[in-house]
Amino acid sequence: MLKCTGIIAGKNDNVCTIVEETKKGSSVLCKYTNILKKEIEINAKNDIPIFHKIAIKDILTGENIIKYGESIGRAKKNIHKGEYVHIHNVDSKRVQGNI
Amino acid sequence: MSNSKIIGYRRSNGSFGIRNYIAVMPSVICANEVAKRIADQVENTVVLPHNGGCGTYGEDIEKTFVTLSGLGANPNVAGVLIVGLGCESVNANKLKSEILEKSPGKMVESIIIQEEQGTSNTIKKGVTIASNMARSASMFEKTKGSIKDIILAIECGGSDPTSGLAANPTVGYAVEKIIANGGSAILSETREIIGAEHILAANAVSKEVGKQLIDMVQEIEIKCTNWVAGTDQRLMSAGNIKGGLTTIEEKSLGCINKVGNAKVVEVVRYAQKPSKKGLIVMDTTGHDIPSITGMVAGGAQIVGFTTGKGSTVGYALAPVLKITGNCKTYKNLEENIDINASTIISGEETIEEVGEKLFDDIIKVCNGKLTKAESFGFRDFAISTMAGAF
Repeated sequence: MLKCTGIIAGKNDNVCTIVEETKKGSSVLCKYTNILKKEIEINAKNDIPIFHKIAIKDILTGENIIKYGESIGRAKKNIHKGEYVHIHNVDSKRVQGNI
Repeated sequence: MSNSKIIGYRRSNGSFGIRNYIAVMPSVICANEVAKRIADQVENTVVLPHNGGCGTYGEDIEKTFVTLSGLGANPNVAGVLIVGLGCESVNANKLKSEILEKSPGKMVESIIIQEEQGTSNTIKKGVTIASNMARSASMFEKTKGSIKDIILAIECGGSDPTSGLAANPTVGYAVEKIIANGGSAILSETREIIGAEHILAANAVSKEVGKQLIDMVQEIEIKCTNWVAGTDQRLMSAGNIKGGLTTIEEKSLGCINKVGNAKVVEVVRYAQKPSKKGLIVMDTTGHDIPSITGMVAGGAQIVGFTTGKGSTVGYALAPVLKITGNCKTYKNLEENIDINASTIISGEETIEEVGEKLFDDIIKVCNGKLTKAESFGFRDFAISTMAGAF
C-alpha cells in the first residue's frame, strides 16, 4: 500500500492536509504540526489531490470542519473518516454565493 | 544587532529609504502616455500609470489623491515629477503641495500638458526636470539606519494550503523578529481576514483596536456577501479552490499566520500612514497590486509576498520578496521565487530556519540586493478604487 503523508494543523482538527497525491485505498500518515511525534494513519476512501484535505474523523451534516483549531466551515453532508473534504461537501459559514 | 545593519537614505522628514527612485506620476489617466515617455528617457525613474484621477465621485478622487501623495512621500522616492493634463479632479499642483507637506524638502515638481503647448513640449520639459532630479538623487549620501526604520508590507497572492502551513508562518517568524527589533509590518487584504478576525482582535493591544478591526472586517463582509449573492462564488479565485482552499475562513486562518503572534497596535485606512510602530492592519482590497499600493503609500519600503500557486509580480516603488511553501511552484518558478519554504512541509527545515533565511534576505534587500522581481525590472502598479467611472 502506498504511504502518503499529511499535516494536521491543530490538535482538535477533524481534517488533515495531505502533502502527496493520494489514491483511493492508500494509507495516509498524518502528522501533527504542534504535537511532537504524534501520528495517525487514515485509509483514503477517495482519490485526493496534493494539498487538499482528508477527514480524520467522522463529521456529521452541519458540524464544523476544524483546521488550525478553528472552524473553516460546515459539513453540508455526512463526511466519513478517510473521505475527501472540499467544496462538494463543505460550505462557508461566513461568505459564499447561494447557488 | 550586528547582522541587521541597514544603509540607506535618511529623508528630511526622518523616514528612511532603501531605494532612491525618481517617480514620474501622472495625476490622471490622460497624462499616462506623456509620463511614460518622460520616464523612458531618464535613468532611475519609475512611472506610475493609473486609471484614476477624474471621472468618478468624491470618495474615489480623495482616495486617489491620498494614495498618490503617500506614494510621492514614500522614503524610497527621492524626487517626484507630477504630470497633469490640466482639467482633472486630482489637481497636479495640489498634489505637489500635499507631497511637500508630507515630506518637506523633497524634490517635487509638476507640469501641466494643457499649459505647455502639447505633449512634445511637456515631454521635453519633463525630461529636463526628471534628469536633473536623477543626477541630484545620485549624489544623496547613504547613512546608517536600522530595522527600526523599516515597515514591511505583507501580501499574499495565488494562495493555496501550503501558504498557511509554510510560507505564511515563515513570514510570521520574520515579522515577529522585525517587530521585536523595533520595526513595523502591515497586514492588509481585509476580505482575507474574514473568519480569523477574532484571533487578531483578541491579540490586539487594546479592546478599542480589536473592535476597530472587527468593525472593519464586518463592513467588508457585508459588501462581499452582497457581491456573491446569486452566484456560486466563494470569495476566492478559481486557483485558490483548485489548489485546495475550501472556504474564505480556511484562507483567512492561513493568511493571518503571516503575522505570527504579533499584537495589532493600530488599524488604518487604505494608504493611511500609521502613527505607531509594530503590527498595523490596513483596510485594503484583496487584489494584490492595489493592496501593495495602499501599504507603500502608507510608508512601507519593502514587500514580503507569499504565494502557493505562484506569482511573478514586482512593485513600482518597493522591492518584492517572494516566498512559497509549494514544492512544485518553487520548481516551476524558481526564477521568480526568492525563498523556498516548501522544505518546512517536507520536514527538511523548520519554520524558524526558513524564517531566519527570510529575515536575513530582508536585511540584504534593504541594503540594495535586488529581489528576483526587481532583477527582471518588474514594476507593477495599480491604485484601488471602489467606484467605476461615470
